[in-house]
Amino acid sequence: MRRLSAFNMVSVALGLAFLHLPIAILVIYSFNASRLVTVWGGWSMHWYAVLLEDQEMREAAIASVAIATISAAAATVLGTCAALALTRLGRFRGRMSFAAMIYAPLVMPEVITGLSLLLMFVAAGVDRGFVTVTAAHTTLTMCFVAVVVQSRLASFDRSLEEAAMDLGCPPARTFLTVTLPLIAPAVIAGFLLAVSLSLDDLVIASFTTGPGATTLPMRIYSQVRLGVKPEINAICTILVAVVAVAIFAAAFISRRAQAGEAAGLAGK
Amino acid sequence: MKTRDAMSTGWGARLALWAPYLWLSLFFLVPFLIVIKISLSQAAIALPPYTPTLDVAAGWSAIKAFLAGLGLDNYRTLISDDIYALSYLKSLEVAAVSTAILLAIGYPVAYGMARAPKRLQAVLVMLVILPFWTSFLIRVYAWINILQSDGLLNRVLAALGIIHAPVAWLASDTAIYIGVVYSYLPFMVLPLYAVLEKMDETLLEAAADLGAPRWKAFWQVTVPLSLPGIGAGALLCFIPITGEFVIPDLLGGSDTLMIGQTLWTEFFSNKDWPVASAIAVVLLVLLVVPIAIYQNLQMKSVER
Repeated sequence: MRRLSAFNMVSVALGLAFLHLPIAILVIYSFNASRLVTVWGGWSMHWYAVLLEDQEMREAAIASVAIATISAAAATVLGTCAALALTRLGRFRGRMSFAAMIYAPLVMPEVITGLSLLLMFVAAGVDRGFVTVTAAHTTLTMCFVAVVVQSRLASFDRSLEEAAMDLGCPPARTFLTVTLPLIAPAVIAGFLLAVSLSLDDLVIASFTTGPGATTLPMRIYSQVRLGVKPEINAICTILVAVVAVAIFAAAFISRRAQAGEAAGLAGK
Repeated sequence: MKTRDAMSTGWGARLALWAPYLWLSLFFLVPFLIVIKISLSQAAIALPPYTPTLDVAAGWSAIKAFLAGLGLDNYRTLISDDIYALSYLKSLEVAAVSTAILLAIGYPVAYGMARAPKRLQAVLVMLVILPFWTSFLIRVYAWINILQSDGLLNRVLAALGIIHAPVAWLASDTAIYIGVVYSYLPFMVLPLYAVLEKMDETLLEAAADLGAPRWKAFWQVTVPLSLPGIGAGALLCFIPITGEFVIPDLLGGSDTLMIGQTLWTEFFSNKDWPVASAIAVVLLVLLVVPIAIYQNLQMKSVER
């Protein structure tokens, strides 16, 4: 018998308030007309206009979006492959070391990942910049994609694949027409997670970047070190809004996919 | 069974394994070996800023000279100067204390979520994950807004009459703890919720039927059953917090640095790449045990 006591309700409410209030305050203050960050001077879009004129911020945003899109696309392919290998290949030789390389980056302190990647690029004589940051982000985010897709594959009904192959469907085609559509919600979620992790990363990008490839978090960080500014509140609000839209889109897609699956099953 | 074999030995399966395997070997494993090598080198005013550099093309004598140039000097530096030991200790202290606080805050939240009506649970999980998708940097920055001397917290406290002069929250350990607990709370709540949600409620009923008071049933039934979640949450928080850079850098004071900041300073300000590498190697050695445990848990959960 489940009971929701007053203590349970209060702890959940306080926990959620703690998680969301600081961001809500930040969003509200981004519409503050006053230059003083702490004095409320009425509603205004002034700081968004200031932001639009900030050339460096705009360039950083473009670089970040490009790096995030390319690295997330590569990470989705590599991560999905890794998830398939981990769940489907049984106990192959080297499985331990493979799994270790998938899980370790998830918790590895970013300073270590960033430093080691940079030293590798220097040793290999690669010019640092856009490409090295993209490769670094691919490495980190493919592991997150692998974990997300893997959890979907673990709860996956293999009899559908087996039925397709028993009916003479070749493995590659079975994968494309049966497996992939079924794991698509997880793959999309993995891609969106990879985008948001890449857009978010400061430490690894700072290590692996070179001249001409300043990402948005690096730009924001250098501004924040100089103190709180209303423009920073505005750019942060835009980022929060972009991520929120992406999440609701993902939730909508996966709900429709689930509804479709349910309808398909009901039709049988 | 035959079909399954066809799927796992086809070229597609081999490609699915080798592409990520090669990528991670090149971008995760090899870089570590290079870090170890550079931690044995000496800093130099050159490009790249360390000696010796290996030139395989120059033959055996070059390789011998290269090996002779390696040494443990950087590790001696780490021992001889207190600042490094203090940084490591500070990091471990912050990680341990914050993990304990996170557990104390996260457990009741996860417990309440697991007991909420099923329809509501999906929404609650979404609300806990949502901040995780919001940039780390933005979340830390949000607290600078609140904690600064004329910020919201001091204004609210002053309005309530609790304080009379503004409190300097920023640049203190308190600010670091607030930032860390805030940023890592979802990492603690979600694994806890995952085990608590699956818990068999009839066990608690059985305990109650046998006359156990509720607090006793909680300590002797619920807590032991949720140990896997406690372990996963604690590791998921403890390991990255130890190497944290952004939070202590933006919210903390400058008197004691966490090891992530020390590494950053050695690398970016002092341009001493070999010492920075040695710091990374020692940090990794400190974290090997918790990382190995974490990996073990992950593998087990996949096999289940």
